[in-house]
Amino acid sequence: MATAKSTRAQQTLPAASPKFDLVGGVREAGIAALIALVLAIPLLSERTVQEAGGLVLVSRWWLAFAAAGIVFAGRLALNLLQQSGRDARDGLSAVIGRNTAWLGDTSRFLAPGMLIFAVILPIFPFSDRYIMDLSVLVLTYVMLGWGLNIVVGLAGLLDLGYVAFYAVGAYAYAIIAVHFDLSFWVCMPIAGAMAALWGIILGFPVLRLRGDYLAIVTLAFGEIIRIVLLNWTDLTNGPNGISGIPRPTFFGLEFKAIGDNTFADFFGLTYSPLQRIVFLYYVILMLALLTCVVTIRLRRLPVGRAWEALREDEIACRSLGINTTNTKLTAFAIGAMFGGIAGSFFATRQGFISPESFTFIESAIILAIVVLGGLGSQVGVAIAAVVLIGGFELFRELELYRMLIFGLAMVLIMVWRPRGLIATRTPSVVLKDRKAIGADLVGEGR
Amino acid sequence: MGATWDADPILDVEHLTMRFGGLTAVDDLSFVAGRNEITALIGPNGAGKTTVFNCITGFYKPSEGRLSVRHGRGDAKEGADRLARLTMSGRRHRGRGEDAVFLLERMPENEVTAKARVARTFQNIRLFAGMTVLENLLTAQHNSLMRASGFTVGGILGLPSYYRAQAQAIEFSRQWLERIDLVDRADDAAGELPYGDQRRLEIARAMCTKPVLLCLDEPAAGLNPRESAQLNTLLRSIRDDGASILLIEHDMAVVMGISDHIVVLDYGQKISDGTPEAVREDPAVIAAYLGIADDDNAVAQGATR
Repeated sequence: MATAKSTRAQQTLPAASPKFDLVGGVREAGIAALIALVLAIPLLSERTVQEAGGLVLVSRWWLAFAAAGIVFAGRLALNLLQQSGRDARDGLSAVIGRNTAWLGDTSRFLAPGMLIFAVILPIFPFSDRYIMDLSVLVLTYVMLGWGLNIVVGLAGLLDLGYVAFYAVGAYAYAIIAVHFDLSFWVCMPIAGAMAALWGIILGFPVLRLRGDYLAIVTLAFGEIIRIVLLNWTDLTNGPNGISGIPRPTFFGLEFKAIGDNTFADFFGLTYSPLQRIVFLYYVILMLALLTCVVTIRLRRLPVGRAWEALREDEIACRSLGINTTNTKLTAFAIGAMFGGIAGSFFATRQGFISPESFTFIESAIILAIVVLGGLGSQVGVAIAAVVLIGGFELFRELELYRMLIFGLAMVLIMVWRPRGLIATRTPSVVLKDRKAIGADLVGEGR
Repeated sequence: MGATWDADPILDVEHLTMRFGGLTAVDDLSFVAGRNEITALIGPNGAGKTTVFNCITGFYKPSEGRLSVRHGRGDAKEGADRLARLTMSGRRHRGRGEDAVFLLERMPENEVTAKARVARTFQNIRLFAGMTVLENLLTAQHNSLMRASGFTVGGILGLPSYYRAQAQAIEFSRQWLERIDLVDRADDAAGELPYGDQRRLEIARAMCTKPVLLCLDEPAAGLNPRESAQLNTLLRSIRDDGASILLIEHDMAVVMGISDHIVVLDYGQKISDGTPEAVREDPAVIAAYLGIADDDNAVAQGATR
């Protein structure tokens, strides 16, 4: 933790100098505003409107002046900030750096805190149906993020087609459950195994690829799976999807209002649809935690160290007698397995799946969660999933603008914390004392 | 010749040829590295030394030639018979323990280290920079730890046998850290170490694979005289512990100081082979080094001393 403290000390802002060159700043801002005005007049000041007599020009001069005014104020603020003894970018960077440095520092307490909060969330009074549904969604992405973290964060293999395994898991569960009438708990491991198998099938052809080439092939793989699901109508029912997927049961007790063996009956409760959602919440929480615990354990095993070594330097790995083929395939298989299990949960929660749920944007979101959270960091990935998916829902009223905000937030984080929220690496084994390893030393894989 | 290395070779390079398109980097090279000896491979820049190394360690597939490693001393004739049978068989290795013979040109690089137990270092250091010094050494013991963890299954379940094996591996690493004087930095990232320490760490990491033959590609490059002397001591102690060493080196102080046997390459061909004394006075060697100021001086100084 020593490194984190020293960086924090460096990031303390220098005292602002009291004198500003106000005149110079205003002049410079004025010039910028003038340029903005010149640009804004043709772009903003006129607009064509369709009216009864044809197209009519509507004048909107105020818009151009408003744009110039905004540029003036912004430029002036930037100037003043720069003059106060620091570069605005560094200043902002320091502010953000300072405000997120605690993430690494306190992640030891953060993780148990988040876990306890997650466990007791359903008993809070504000946990209505909307909150619980959202939490289930967030946890699904946490699990997917942790699964992909094995491939991208630990083994350093850039996988843009992770959604393929999510789809394989979902369809494997749906098809087996619908055709063979097996329960969720039986099908889930099968779905995981199927996804792992597909992970290996994808792994073989891409063994020799690195970086951009690997990304392109995995991207194509994701699309292939989706298009096969779309066109193999006999098996997958094509674009119509599969409906009537059985819901999970609590040791055989169903979550229904009426019936023989219902959960509410057995425990003498009055039926409420919330019971099923809370149950789903705990199921996905448990699955996500399983992913996390297994990943943490794997990191401390030789296979996990070999993944990280592979990310750092593949040639050195081979010179030490490590079979990089097997190492890569296990990373793909285990990552895919968790994706498949998450997929089977998705299918059972929705009760209906179609290829539309498994488009490239899903892969992109999962990858964004991993990259924003910090490659290889479990807590970082969880925070990023909450922020991204939760934030996405929070700004739902803003409609399309939320994509803008989303993009802007991504750009800002990548500028100021290019290695993600928690960029430091914790050693998997220690001789004397545990020290975090700075992000600049840790390889990103290629 | 009757030299010690001919009597009991650990590595036998026969007619090694490596072509890259029209360029013949190594041309019909034959030499042996003796068991429990330090063999140096020297030569002017571009002579093909690193290519030979890459062929031996499996990173290149040689165009022609046989590269054999024998683990046991055994009878020379019996060893030769076994090798001939292995060559005919199309297999990669034969026998176990002391009897084992390996054909390196048939093996991928990871098997060269894992099975034939030939480890290497690199000219430009290739440590796992973002992993700690200790993690670097544990990664080198991957194969034995992998077996101990029941190929991960036992490790996931937390079987005690794995934790015992890991404790042993950490202890083995700690002993190596003591030898290279880096125990206090065991939990620092390898990338944070000074250059000289990184060189020593890379050697220790290669030794953690428990090799019978250690191949070092310019281990003294970039070291100051004091570090260079430390390196000599370390390499001698490795040899005295029973391993054999093959090294490429430009630093003549290191080469002349510690080698038992020197092979000189020029334009991919062997121009001299013998003890340091013999090589130093070989006119062919002096001629090859003429015009390359640094090395020439070093050889000339050695010759007149």
